[in-house]
Amino acid sequence: MFKWFGKVNYSPYTKVSDFARYLKDGHLMGSKCKKCGSISFPPRADCDKCMSGDFEFFEMSGKAWLNSFTKVEAAPTGFEDAAPYIVGVVDMEEGGRALAWFGESIKEEEIEIGMELQVVPQVFEETEDIKVYYSLEKSGTSWVKV
Amino acid sequence: MTKRVGIIGLGHGVFGRRSDATVQELAFEAFAAALEDAGIERKELDASVIGSVPEYHKQRSLAGVVQEYLGLVPKPTWLTEVACASGSAAIRTAWMSIKAGVHDIVAVIGCQKMTELSTPEILALMGRVGEVQWESVFGTTFPAYYALFAQRHIHEFGTTREQMFQVAIKNHFYGAKNPNALFRKEITMDKAKASAQVASPLQVYDCCANADGAACIILACEDRAREISQKTVWLDGMGCATASMSVLKRPGLTSLPSAEAAAAQAYRMAGVTADDIKVADVHDCFTIAEIMAYEDLGFCKKGEGGRFIAERKTYIGGKVAVNVDGGLKAKGHPIGATGVSMTYEIAKQLRGEAGERQVPNADIGLTHNVGGIGQYCFVQVLRRD
Repeated sequence: MFKWFGKVNYSPYTKVSDFARYLKDGHLMGSKCKKCGSISFPPRADCDKCMSGDFEFFEMSGKAWLNSFTKVEAAPTGFEDAAPYIVGVVDMEEGGRALAWFGESIKEEEIEIGMELQVVPQVFEETEDIKVYYSLEKSGTSWVKV
Repeated sequence: MTKRVGIIGLGHGVFGRRSDATVQELAFEAFAAALEDAGIERKELDASVIGSVPEYHKQRSLAGVVQEYLGLVPKPTWLTEVACASGSAAIRTAWMSIKAGVHDIVAVIGCQKMTELSTPEILALMGRVGEVQWESVFGTTFPAYYALFAQRHIHEFGTTREQMFQVAIKNHFYGAKNPNALFRKEITMDKAKASAQVASPLQVYDCCANADGAACIILACEDRAREISQKTVWLDGMGCATASMSVLKRPGLTSLPSAEAAAAQAYRMAGVTADDIKVADVHDCFTIAEIMAYEDLGFCKKGEGGRFIAERKTYIGGKVAVNVDGGLKAKGHPIGATGVSMTYEIAKQLRGEAGERQVPNADIGLTHNVGGIGQYCFVQVLRRD
């Protein structure tokens, strides 16, 4: 069900498609190689280290620190109605990075590189189809079932 | 195996909104000029290589239509695509074919029509040179990625917005003197600062412009080059490297690992160092990209790129003249043509034919052509006899 992931989804079919199902239920999942134990976020089916294709999902803490950010004013096709939006890249506690929008719990002027953030599963409420994503929120923010 | 590969012909069309021509007609302009410059006829060519990004054109499989229009059928041709470095990839594959002894003389044509698409369409298309599964779903754009680099560069090194705009001011200063450039006028700091926001901290005057255009160079093996041309410029260092598609997998956001690796290869192959480079064309798709290029290429130390431009070290008369053709910023960036245009410009400089933009005593030059957000980088070291 990876087509659920994102306002506009460009890659509906993937070996890690359960990521979106977990996300819908409030769980942010990374992948762990069953052979060598290497972890990845975003998740990947095929191990970067040992090339094994045998993986399992595990739940990330969502704790992260801001690496960099930008406020996008000129938006691409499909995102015009969302602009302007602030995109951040965060370093995750368990390793790996995420790129996501800042959510409503943080004011623009509070944003600074190095700040602690929480990556929180989200559902687009205004759409008929199921559409999920994750956002960057104030540290300590927890998932709320819609 | 031929010892060296030389550039024996140079051709360049006008970059800009070329609503007067198809992409193959643009290619023809540059190709005809390069043949005339080399003083050879089409029949002497063994093959052509076309650098272009196919998604911008309605015509599928562009190499075929260009080959036909140039009158090169039935000679071999193929297309190379690595986003904004497609032109340099074309040069590299032509160079490889000559080094391998398969071909003696090859035409390389970079050509692109971009302005038939709208800006949001181009933003969407370019944004998808970021990784689409985990990044494009958040509406990332090409400027947004370089904005992430810029924000981090400011944070780590104290690089300033003024320093970034000084790159744009320099490139417009020289672009105003380049008859092939899209923007032929100088800009001021006040005007740059007042320009519209694109992706913070980047504004319109930090960004290069989409354009249509074509450039052509003709390469030959050493023996044929010496027979044909008295002004051959040699491709003596050819570096090429990659970095992760995803920005999430990069070791850091203040440099392009592909550029550092490609530069090291090119310097080693040519037997030179960064200090030997007198003139360079670097990939200033955004102002911050030129500052990062100074550092990645070793023109200055890591983190000092902002000061390097502020101290005018990259103007003619400084340590190394950079983008004195206007760069992508002022010359325009028809993505498939850009790499070939860079090599054209540096070869012109080394031949002493750059007119009022001529860098004195230019004997060794460099090109730095980046694909996407650094996923691909090609660095060439060029030398005159």
